[in-house]
Formats: sequence, structure tokens, C-alpha cells
Amino acid sequence: MKLPRLFLLRGRFWAGFLPWAWLLLFFTLPFALIVDVSLSSPELSVPPYVSPLSLGPDGQLHWSPDATPYRRLRDELGALAQPGADRPYLAAWGNSLGLAALTTAVCLVIGYPFAYQIARSAEVSRQTLLMLVMLPFWTSFLLRVYAWMSLLDSSEVGLINQALLAAGWIEEPLPLLYNSGAVLVGMVYSYLPFMVLPLYAHLVKLDNRLLEAARDLGARPAVIFLSITLPLSWRGIVAGSMMVFIPAVGEFVIPDLLGGGDVMMIGRRIWDDFGPNQDWPMAAAVAVVMVLLLIGPIMLLRRHGRAAPGSLR
Amino acid sequence: MNRGWGGRSWLLIVFVFLYLPITCLLVFSFTGGEITTRLDGVSLRWYRALLDDDELKRALGLSLTLGALAATAAVIVGSAAAVVLARFGAYPGSRLFAGLSTAPMVLPEVVIGLSLVLLFTHPLLPWLGGRGVVAIWTAHTTLSAAYVAVLVQSRLLEMDRWLEEAALDLGCPPLKVFFVITVPVIAPALAAGWLLSFTLSMDDFVLAAMLSDPGSTTLPVLVFSRLHHGLKPEINALATVVVTVVSIAVIAAHRLMLSAQRRRMQAVAAARRQIG
Repeated sequence: MKLPRLFLLRGRFWAGFLPWAWLLLFFTLPFALIVDVSLSSPELSVPPYVSPLSLGPDGQLHWSPDATPYRRLRDELGALAQPGADRPYLAAWGNSLGLAALTTAVCLVIGYPFAYQIARSAEVSRQTLLMLVMLPFWTSFLLRVYAWMSLLDSSEVGLINQALLAAGWIEEPLPLLYNSGAVLVGMVYSYLPFMVLPLYAHLVKLDNRLLEAARDLGARPAVIFLSITLPLSWRGIVAGSMMVFIPAVGEFVIPDLLGGGDVMMIGRRIWDDFGPNQDWPMAAAVAVVMVLLLIGPIMLLRRHGRAAPGSLR
Repeated sequence: MNRGWGGRSWLLIVFVFLYLPITCLLVFSFTGGEITTRLDGVSLRWYRALLDDDELKRALGLSLTLGALAATAAVIVGSAAAVVLARFGAYPGSRLFAGLSTAPMVLPEVVIGLSLVLLFTHPLLPWLGGRGVVAIWTAHTTLSAAYVAVLVQSRLLEMDRWLEEAALDLGCPPLKVFFVITVPVIAPALAAGWLLSFTLSMDDFVLAAMLSDPGSTTLPVLVFSRLHHGLKPEINALATVVVTVVSIAVIAAHRLMLSAQRRRMQAVAAARRQIG
């Protein structure tokens, strides 16, 4: 390039300025504030906390952190061995991690053969099938959760209960809604496309000649699957699993609408502490712990690439 | 898992799982009664209720405006980020930037929402204006810009670099190169990014709810509060409208994409014939 170096540098500066400034102001700074607020003391004011960082009358910066929220989380961990102790945060963490892991496993079991079948379909129909997988993703998330509210409704007008009663299989309506099973169904339903897309992206690249060669040489289907298909789609499995697991851990809407009062998950804890309880330091501390716990899965996702959900490609 | 009927029927079962709940919503929007899961006669009663619902229309108007504004901002910020990611090479902080620019995409929404609430309500930053429409717009732009950055970056990486190099060597200033050469080539990615951002904004509940003040109720925030306070078939009617509009848009986009792909392949084949 024959352009004067200084000119290029200045051009680069301005091209980079907007995204850098945006990310620093609206992403990095807010995260610093989460850490700051998690070390604040709660206070009946607007906003409801007092920052540990303050400017004294002598013009000096004072740093007086209040680690109460973290201590509460630690004490709950310490009380792990005591039966019957009240551990609201630990219970919520357990529910969240457990349900997120279960959702991921179920999505993988449903999604793998599904993505495989799409990837092995004729080239013309592949694009259409993928479009059909993505179509529900483009419609409203809330309305899709609402659809499950009417399917699982525990009274005799719930759609599944209506069908089972009409078929004579049950006498009394089943309590299908407002339990962790309902939350699981809702999460699998909402996150399945996130699993299918990366799996498909890897399975479609699988060279058919490898499979044919193995078959010609007399390998059994199970051996072909374990020694060719599975290793070659491993990255897709990891990427898809993380794309389901990470948002599932922080999910708020699904446990709130389908879980009722009993299924407390960590996303709801943050929501409640932030909203009705007005305990912002606690909400911030839980968010900090959540980010720390998710660093591992996020790194895994980065290493294994991701398919942007919703992209029409 | 094979080409036989086992694989086919699994395909069918999963598609039934994906579409049955939505279909139920649509069917019961035509009920004449008050119950959302029983057909008590067939009527358009709830569609009329939808038309007369001023609160809902206001929320829809706000969501549409917000979606368009956030999508436009996200395309600008996101494609600038993509240019930095794809064209700047390594510079001090480039790895940090790569990590930061896509982080909003992978972090749970509750965490992003909380962090932005803390920013907008911070006592030392009153000029940001507190919670409200501007705060929601910022949140949606930040989230969507990450998606746009990924989409546009992959397009920039696969495009022919020689086009830009040639123009630069002929003395075209970089900014002009970007708008005259690069933008037309990445236009499909920009369009896809805009649409995706618009959808994300229209669909977002968590960020909008955390950052809203009483004057900024978006459609999802309103729908959520209605879901909590007694269900009415009106929501089914709304769902039917949303699904219809979205399906038409997605199917149209899909067909456009397929025909563009076919044209491109024909052009490549024609070029090959000429060379051969």
C-alpha cells in the first residue's frame, strides 16, 4: 500500500474508535460496576446501595468494601453438611446447573439424530429443512413459552389433560404445569435450534466416502459411528452443548412462567433480589459468581467455534 | 440413524414437537369463549379485541420503532467492529477486542441487563438519563452489534481482498474504498444482520423489563405481564398475527436467498465455460 502511514493510522483510529468506545462504555464499564456494587452495602436509597469507593472530605479516595453477599454464599456452602439448613442460593444454583445440564443432554439426544438426518438429506431439501428449524426461533420466545402453558395446564382444560381425559387414560387431570419437568420441556423446546445448527454445520461436512469406505471394508454401523461420525462431529457437539448450557443457566422467563413458585433458579434469584427484595449487592454478587462459573463453558465455546443462531446462512 | 424410515420418522417427530405447540396457539385464537384451551364456537372476537386494545397497540408501536432504531445502530457499530476484527490484524489489545466484541452474545441476558441497569442508574452518571427507552435502545444495540459483528466479519474474511487492495493501489482513499467496494460486497450480511437485530429487539423481554420505566412498556414486557395476570385468547390472536407475519418474511427471505444462490452458481458455471 502506497498511502502515507500517518494517514492510514489516523483512519484506523477513527474506524476503531466507535466500536471500542461503545464496548468500553456499555459493556466493560457496566461489568466493573457489577463488581463494585457486589461489594457495596445495601441502603434504603435510590439506587439502593452505597459504593465502597468514596471521596472523603480530605479529597482522598476511600475503599471500604462490604463482602456480606459473598460471605452469605460461602456460609451456605459451609452448611452443606447440615441437613435441613436453609440454603436458598445454593438450592437455586443446584436447580439451575442441574436443569441446564439435563436440558443440554436431552437437546443432544433429540438433536443429534435430527441434525444427522437433515445433513444426509438431498441438497435441495436441506435448506428448506433448516429454514423450518429456524422458523420458530424467529417468532416470539414468550409466545412459544405461552404455548406450553396451555399445553401443560394442570386443570381439566389443559390441552394434554383434555386429550388424556378424552382418551379415558386418566380419571383426574395430571399436575403437569408448575414443576421442574415443565421447565425442562420448555427449555428443551426453546433451545433445541441452538443445538441443531452447530451439529448440522459439522455433520454436513462429513465426507460420505469415508462412511462408504468403512462400510465396504465390513465395519459395523456402531463401529462406523464411534470411529468416524462421532469424532468428526465432536466440535459441533461441544459448540451446540455450550450454546444450550450457557443461556440455560441464567434463564429467567421459562422457570418463572412454567416453574411456578417451587422451581427457584438462579436467574430468578437475581431477578427477585434486583426487583422485589431491593438487595442489589446480593444480585450483583450472584451475577459475578455466575460469570466466573461460566468462563469455562464460554472458553470451550470460543475454542470450538460457533454458528450464529438466526443467521440465514 | 440412516436414510431409511427410522431417520425419516425421527425427523417428522421432532418437527411435530417443534410445531404442535404453535399450531395449538393458532387454533384456539378463533374460539368464541373466554378459555384459551377450548373451542367454544368459532369467531373472530379476539381479533377485534386485539384491534381495540390501545395499550397493546402503543406497546407494539414502541417495539417496532425501538427495533428499527436498535437494528440500525447495531449494524453501524457491529460492522465497524467487524472491520476492526477482520482487517486490522494484530495490535495491542486486539485479542481483548475480539473477546469483548462477541461477549454480549454468550453471557446470560440477566447479567447483561443487571450490568446496564447499574450503569444507567449510577449516581455519578445522571447524564445517561436513567432507565427508559434510551437505556433499552442501548442494551439492544450492544447485544445485536455482537451478532452483526460475527455475521459481517465472516463475510469480510471470505470476500476477495484483491478488490480492496487494487482500489487502494490506484489511490482511492480507504474510506471511499470501504463505501464503494466493501459495502456492496458485504450488503447481504448487513441486511441479514439488520433483520436479526430487529428480531432480537422485538423479542427481548429480560433487558427491556429490567431497563424499562413506566413510560417504556415494549410489547414483550406487556405480554409477560398479561401472562401473569390471567390468560385470555387475545394473546392467541396476537400469536397468530406474529407467526403469520414472521413466516411470510422468513419464507420470502429464504426463497430470495435460494434464487440468489442459484444465480451465483450459474454465473460461476458460465465463467468456467468461457475460460475452458
